[in-house]
Amino acid sequence: MSRETDAVRDERVVADGESDLVAPRGAGRMRGLARHRLLWPVLVLVLLLLSNLIFTPGFFEIEVRQGHLYGSVVDIVRFGAPLILVALGMTLVIATGGIDLSVGSIVAICGAMACLRISDLGDQNEVTGVLAAIGLALALSLVLGLWNGALIAGVGVQPIIATLILMVAGRGLAQLITGGQIITINSSPYKLIGAGYWLTLPFSILVALAVTALAVLLTRRTALGLLIEAVGGNAEASRLAGIRSRRIMLMAYVFCGFCAGVAGLMISSNVSSADGNNAGLWIELDAILAVVIGGTPLAGGRFSIGGTVIGALIIQALSTTIYTIGVPPETTLLFKAVVVTVVCLVQSPAFRARVFRRRAPRPLPVAEKPKAEVAR
Amino acid sequence: MSARSSYLPSGRYVPVLATLALLAVMYGAGALRYEAFGDGQVILNVFVDNAFLLVVAVGMTFVILTGGIDLSVGSVVALTTMLSASLLKDQAWPPYAVLPLVLLLGALLGLGMGCVIHYFEIQPFIVTLAGMFLARGLCYTISTASIPIDDPFWRSMADSKVRLAGYFVSPSVLVALVVVLVAAYVLGYTRLGRNVYAIGGSPGSALLMGLPVARTRIAVYTISGFCSALGGVLLSFYMLSGYGLHAVGMELDAIAAVVIGGTLLTGGSGYLVGTVLGVMVLGVIQTIITFDGTLSSWWTKIVIGVLLFVFIVLQRLIAARGTRSAPAAPESAPLTLTAPPAR
Repeated sequence: MSRETDAVRDERVVADGESDLVAPRGAGRMRGLARHRLLWPVLVLVLLLLSNLIFTPGFFEIEVRQGHLYGSVVDIVRFGAPLILVALGMTLVIATGGIDLSVGSIVAICGAMACLRISDLGDQNEVTGVLAAIGLALALSLVLGLWNGALIAGVGVQPIIATLILMVAGRGLAQLITGGQIITINSSPYKLIGAGYWLTLPFSILVALAVTALAVLLTRRTALGLLIEAVGGNAEASRLAGIRSRRIMLMAYVFCGFCAGVAGLMISSNVSSADGNNAGLWIELDAILAVVIGGTPLAGGRFSIGGTVIGALIIQALSTTIYTIGVPPETTLLFKAVVVTVVCLVQSPAFRARVFRRRAPRPLPVAEKPKAEVAR
Repeated sequence: MSARSSYLPSGRYVPVLATLALLAVMYGAGALRYEAFGDGQVILNVFVDNAFLLVVAVGMTFVILTGGIDLSVGSVVALTTMLSASLLKDQAWPPYAVLPLVLLLGALLGLGMGCVIHYFEIQPFIVTLAGMFLARGLCYTISTASIPIDDPFWRSMADSKVRLAGYFVSPSVLVALVVVLVAAYVLGYTRLGRNVYAIGGSPGSALLMGLPVARTRIAVYTISGFCSALGGVLLSFYMLSGYGLHAVGMELDAIAAVVIGGTLLTGGSGYLVGTVLGVMVLGVIQTIITFDGTLSSWWTKIVIGVLLFVFIVLQRLIAARGTRSAPAAPESAPLTLTAPPAR
């Protein structure tokens, strides 16, 4: 089923572009590759990683030290794991035609809740206590996701607005939980989630892998992915076709809340503290960016989990690159602005139609133009 | 103009009236609970402390009325404070050169975003998000530290008080009031204003009716950019400094003020007076928390979240009752398709 939707999707991508009538037959295969949705994201990621090689020759070195895997590339994946998780949830939400702005707040609330429970434990290293705290925090994230989903699928509020409520109030709730302070804990079992190693790999990478695999299995090996895309394409039409579109939307928001919850545990565990104000700040924007870079259109109706993971890695690699090549870290935002603009323009059918109608399909040179336009 | 009542059914005033009632209740409760709260100066101080937010929210009202959203306002405010401070202090530019420049820059930024949104059909959300990153990033390239402003003109705007009948306001409040009045006039009594409502009601119909969709849509983002820059100037009067971390999250406050003021986020329905009331509600919440002293600052966020929830559900109920009809076309607009479509 997934292959079939892929074929349909590729056809649509081709139809979006300029006419194929003049193209010679033999070039079809190359053009197919050039049109693949993941081509540009992968190219950007590879370019980013390669550019690091110029500044740090040993960039791709990976070594095993004391049974743990170390290396710059491993670090990118490790620090990118929370973003990958949040972006995964966001992908499904965006695929249903929605958006979730509240993930940053959910990250903060879950981290705060887990740290609060652990700091109340008599022995912070007690495994069952830590597990209970994690369970409670994850349950809370499910409830918050359910709240978003109920507002959107049940009451029928616009997604941006419905999740804006929790985005604003959630920061307040997180600070309420922490009492306005930064809760620090000293718990080695909890530390494992964000900063620990298991089977020589960083544990956070394993968690991100597991959730990604779960999402891929659920959406591409069952009909769920197709149903999500149908709801995103046209919720009313899919309801009339017999899909319980409300339930699908509700599930997407609950999953998004859950992913944000796990990311919140990871972030707070990495620094062994919970900060209601700054944990996960702006992660919703990074996540949306990762999803868009990965080729999932914001209008919904189709999605690419692989693209999202690559998108999240691009963002993390970008930050790492900026740090390693010595550009002041403050300019990260400028880089992001340029990346968002270029990626969105390249994805925009209107832009492609305007720019490629007269020219050969080479998107990169023309992508420079809008930069200047926004930067005025 | 005589047909005004026909396209403004009274059901549409319900959200604004609800906001007014809420404001009255909150103010009344505050006055009962805290001794000095009933003083008229407290209300005026709400304006003094929120003049910049009011200006920014006015721009946001235009954008939201067309069914769009502008996330870049907070960053543009910060960029304006930063640029003014840096030009005044490091380049020693005179104030009469700095002011027009920063206002023009804000408007140009909005114009650029509006063009990308309209001509390339990218969601306003993502375009203004890029604008937000861009403006915030530009702040940091100027300086990562806070730059103080000690220009005499800025100082005089910060220190002087406009006295009226024993009370006083800052000059910024007067600027904000002028902006509100001009904006209310534009929205209520000009073609541009009615085009804004028409596009928010149904962009497709507006286009088919021959309304200048492109021009209007780009105009609202330009207005929002200009208002953000003006809000930034007012904030720099208030703070007497430029800093890249000024106005973090102000876009949320502005959106919240507009929503609490009863403007539909889908566009096409809402009034500027509602936005003014929305800003006042936010200001009164802060004032109550300051007066109480025992409440922590995060309650502001929780209360704003709850209010957002209440008003959004209220809007849904009103919409569900079916009173929400598409806004009528401006009488002056040509009803034939002789005017070329906007694109």
